[in-house]
Amino acid sequence: MNFKHKFVFLFPGLFVLIGILIFPIIFTIRLSLSGWNSYTPEMNFIGITNYIRLFTDDPRFWESFFRLSFLSVTTVILQYVIGFALAMMVWREIKFKRFFRVIFLVPMMTTPVIMTVIWRTFFHESLGPVNDLLGGLGVKPILWLSDPVIAKFTVIIVEVWQWTPFMFLLLLAGLLSLPKEPFLAAAIDGASPFRKFVYVTFPLMAPISIGAIIIRLIEASKIMDTVFVLTSGGPGTATETSSFYIYIKGLREFQMGYAATLSFTYLVIMIISLTIIAKVLTKLMIKE
Amino acid sequence: MKTIKTCVTALISALLVFSPVAYADKWSDQFPHIKATGDIPGDCSYESMSKKNYKGKTLKINTHAVPVMGEPTALHAEQFAKLTGAKVDVTHTPAGDLYAKAMVPFQAGQAPYDIVFGFSNFINDWRRYLEPVPKKYVEMKQMKDVTPSHIGVASWDGVMYQFPVDGDRHYLKYRKDVIDNPEYQKQYKEATGKELRVPQTWKEYGEMAAYFNNWDWDGDGEKEYGSAEVMKKDDLMYAAFYSRSAAYSKNPKTPGGFFFDLETMKPLINNPGFVEALTDWVEATKYVPPGGINFGLGDEIGSFGGGQTLFSFSWDDAFVAAMQPDSPINNKVGAAQLPGAMKVWNRKTNSWDEGFNQAPFFVWGWAVGVAKKSKEKEMAFDYLCFFANEANHQADIGIGRFGVNPFRNDDFKVDVWTQIGWDKDIAQSYVDTLAQMEQSKNRVFPLRVPGTFEFNAALATAAAKALAGQLSPQAALDEAAKQWEDILNRVGKDNVRKAYAVGVAMEDNKQ
Repeated sequence: MNFKHKFVFLFPGLFVLIGILIFPIIFTIRLSLSGWNSYTPEMNFIGITNYIRLFTDDPRFWESFFRLSFLSVTTVILQYVIGFALAMMVWREIKFKRFFRVIFLVPMMTTPVIMTVIWRTFFHESLGPVNDLLGGLGVKPILWLSDPVIAKFTVIIVEVWQWTPFMFLLLLAGLLSLPKEPFLAAAIDGASPFRKFVYVTFPLMAPISIGAIIIRLIEASKIMDTVFVLTSGGPGTATETSSFYIYIKGLREFQMGYAATLSFTYLVIMIISLTIIAKVLTKLMIKE
Repeated sequence: MKTIKTCVTALISALLVFSPVAYADKWSDQFPHIKATGDIPGDCSYESMSKKNYKGKTLKINTHAVPVMGEPTALHAEQFAKLTGAKVDVTHTPAGDLYAKAMVPFQAGQAPYDIVFGFSNFINDWRRYLEPVPKKYVEMKQMKDVTPSHIGVASWDGVMYQFPVDGDRHYLKYRKDVIDNPEYQKQYKEATGKELRVPQTWKEYGEMAAYFNNWDWDGDGEKEYGSAEVMKKDDLMYAAFYSRSAAYSKNPKTPGGFFFDLETMKPLINNPGFVEALTDWVEATKYVPPGGINFGLGDEIGSFGGGQTLFSFSWDDAFVAAMQPDSPINNKVGAAQLPGAMKVWNRKTNSWDEGFNQAPFFVWGWAVGVAKKSKEKEMAFDYLCFFANEANHQADIGIGRFGVNPFRNDDFKVDVWTQIGWDKDIAQSYVDTLAQMEQSKNRVFPLRVPGTFEFNAALATAAAKALAGQLSPQAALDEAAKQWEDILNRVGKDNVRKAYAVGVAMEDNKQ
């Protein structure tokens, strides 16, 4: 087989890769250099004007980015802790193990938009059952969706509820694949459950944990549907995230060129920051 | 001979008198939606449409989600299909996506939909992609009855691009059983020293709403609140803010622009008039129901229509919903023009003009057009004409959830409303309110310029920040004005000025 034959076999895969990955990115970059909007519907070339606007005159994007960082990091940490605890619980021999494994996965199997509508109804401050329930216990109504600080935590609650099962699934798969010998050795040495967890389980789970955390961070950084349905980014801009802001600029205000600029910048920032996070986590969690 | 002549005359008279009734029976049997009136003869009546043959043709429509406007679109599509043999495909789209769903194919030179529903303030961006309404429809009898304001809203520079199917304005809705209650009038006077009456100014509105907030004033065992308003960002809240601002900022002595100074194109939205309105609005967050700061239009309709608040102001839907027979507050509500103010900002003298001022806001309404690239233009216009024919229109305006509101002179007759069960005095106050708005010479029309969405979104974001306590009213509106300047620079001041002049001419009663 000569070089040309190899190239022929490579071509279909390469073609698909270019079609679904490279072309959209190149198109986005080109679009970001245009002023395409509702009144100039064309791919004109305006150079880096949109980038200058983003870096010098759009604090709202950066505010939404830092808000997103807070929301995604907080939700992923909570999902990891709760997911790990649940996985540990059903990893052991307990009654109704299969039942619990299925039940814990239910939130992930529901449609996010529909579930968020239901959560919004729960948290509705005058008609929802949560405040009614709290009222019955003598607690004053909580402004779940209309207080700028509490609204952020409401978004976190919904995200944690929806996506902890994903973390649970990955971590349970990891636990089930761990070798038995280190645990037997620890048992022979008389290690307590706490020491077993700290010195055996957690280090052995580190590579899987890093993978799970990175996957969830990538997903959490795209948070959009929960914010869209639950708060529409409000009150004010208190829960507005980067993807929601890009959606507003692109599909509400029809500033396609500028929305492409935001999307591409966001992509670059995410690639850099997730690479750094992965390296830091590896350094912290995996000991040579 | 004389007897024969008399008999023939009587027979002809009887035929003339009873023929519409004969049609009515025939068509309302098949289409119960028009059972109250039967078919009403006209160019686009059931009878006329039944003579058209669109068999083998397909009409594609993009409309709003059910029920508001989506339900009547689908209903009339089904009726149209039965009458003409056409196949009608109706796609339902959420309000926030209507603009983009039409705009993306428009800009790509495609026409996946023959008919696109949207809002009337899309007109400037959409008109280059829409087919002007043909002369034969513009000159039809049913069109002649449309009020001049709504012909203006559907047209651009004298050319009609949007087929009138709805007429919208913001006005005040109040609980008549509370405001007219002598017990409460006495109680309010003792507590505040002021009269309990239909609020004349936004300050009165605020005082009354604050007094009737957070206690059970209708004895149903539940707490009621002062006011339900659209305060949710990106959910039409900018329209609510313009309604609150009009009285403080639309000065009949200073023609030449409400949103911008037409001469200089300087944004006016951070002048003391708008700031006063936003300050009032921030105060209003204290007398809305819990979570009211996140109320969208649907919440506002549900809250006032469900009897939760004393006041509300927005489109007709909440009022009509409250007046439906199954409503808990049926015949307990009243309508009035938006409150005014005891001062109005004068941008020429840079000071307040003291004295009562009121300015109705003709908020954009539902609008619909036919795509220029459509291959079924004739059928599309026939469908729209059928949608808005007299019989359908009369049935539609009585159903709150349909979102079809009065825009014809005939709609301002009390009988139209008493026939569907409204008390006469309520019907009278309703039609008087609408008629007074039509007659006002100090009206505000929606912003319809290139980049309308950007301007309104910038304002809504700023106002939402003020409502959430993130910024003071002045700082929020300064931020919005700065963004408006940036948008103006991007779009081009002259482009915006040219388009804005069309709306200003309507506001200044020059058109």
